[in-house]
Amino acid sequence: MIRAEGIFKSFDQNKVLKGIDFTFEASKTNLIIGKSGAGKTVLLKILVGLFQPTKGKIWYDDKDFFQLSKAELLKIRMQVGMLFQGNALFDSMTVEDNIRFPMDMFTRMTEGEKRKRVDYCLERVSMEGINNKFPSEISGGMQKRVGIARAIVLKPKYLFADEPNSGLDPKTAITIDSLLTDITDENNITTIINTHDMNSVMEIGENICLLHLGKLAWQGNKDEVLESDNEILQDFIFASPFLQKLKSRALSNGGGSL
Amino acid sequence: MYYKETIRQMYDIGIGSLMIIVVVSLFIGAVTAVQFTYQLQGTAIPSYYIGYIVRDMAIIELAVTFSSIILAGKVGSNIASEIGGMRQKEHIDAMEIMGVNTASYLVMPKIIAALFVIPLLVSIAAFVSIGGGFVASTGTGAYSPEEFIKGLRSFFIPWNVFIMYVKAVVFAYILTSIAAYQGYFVKGGSIELGQASTRAVVYGIIVILIADYIIAVLLTG
Repeated sequence: MIRAEGIFKSFDQNKVLKGIDFTFEASKTNLIIGKSGAGKTVLLKILVGLFQPTKGKIWYDDKDFFQLSKAELLKIRMQVGMLFQGNALFDSMTVEDNIRFPMDMFTRMTEGEKRKRVDYCLERVSMEGINNKFPSEISGGMQKRVGIARAIVLKPKYLFADEPNSGLDPKTAITIDSLLTDITDENNITTIINTHDMNSVMEIGENICLLHLGKLAWQGNKDEVLESDNEILQDFIFASPFLQKLKSRALSNGGGSL
Repeated sequence: MYYKETIRQMYDIGIGSLMIIVVVSLFIGAVTAVQFTYQLQGTAIPSYYIGYIVRDMAIIELAVTFSSIILAGKVGSNIASEIGGMRQKEHIDAMEIMGVNTASYLVMPKIIAALFVIPLLVSIAAFVSIGGGFVASTGTGAYSPEEFIKGLRSFFIPWNVFIMYVKAVVFAYILTSIAAYQGYFVKGGSIELGQASTRAVVYGIIVILIADYIIAVLLTG
């Protein structure tokens, strides 16, 4: 479980987050959603410790993240995996070296054990046999999968993903979503995904945090989205005329599903 | 990992810069010989002094300072762009989330590699400069090889070689650390990355020249 407690964040005079309280539940796919500029990425970066909040606390289970000693912080860091929007794969390294990197830095595993783990992670994301390719030689969707493989290589307890579907076609996006939820379920990971992909919200949102203008505007799960009368949520989810039509059709048919 | 990265940097800085250092040093030595030949004409200074002048100019000043200025341009801009590019592509964020001490992992191997490799490049530069001076002096028939070699073997002060290595180590640290700093703290997009790379070169050269003066005052004063 990760809990954000009274999180404020300002950049000079610009107040980006204005008091966020939210609990990201363990072993669930938690989503942070909201319009561009709502503060999603800033919140995610605070959760992983890339930004320090102006005020407030982040709790990893019962540990105050920003009060940890260096040794405790490193311990938590080794339990964190992250998939970046731009993948952040190291260009000068092969796919295998990218996935091995955390093991090389932090473990005393033997060469054989490392190779086995790399192969398992690549197999898990259905990318067997691309060990020696460079990131520039594979497609965007494949890069996302390799990013996931690298994020799970140290068997993390917490998995973060920043816009995992950006730049992907709808079908590949769905595959990435299912991969993330499957990995979450298989390993009891606390997964936090920052997204504005409506498919993701409706398919994998087990615990959703909607941000609007730096504040928590709504929380719930994918099943509560349709029934909610929260205007900000409805305005955000059903922004396009096409989705509005689908929604009214679903509601006229008794509601519940699109 | 740090060892592997240091070796990679040594290769990049050393082998990657060898050709330009050799070419530049060759001409520096040659030009020094030609210009001093011109200045010594009609003076009572013995002709074999040309070897002595070329040798000491190369060792004390030209080989080390020219090489370092060239490396500030080539290696400095490369380091600033590499680290800055990693910052912009979130590679540094990715490493920090993993728990990697990025300043140490990305900067330290470059500084250590430069501290080892740049003095070696400077040694090569000094030898090549003297070689260039020899070719320019004797190839034109202005001096005989014996005269040049006699000058080369006259008035040798080992302390001057020590000064060269002190300069090489100090300049190596300056050019890598300034470039790494500029790259590590880059913000914005490709224009800012270009500006950071330019700053790395300009600040690097200026600080190297200031350090050159200070070392000269301290070690020869």
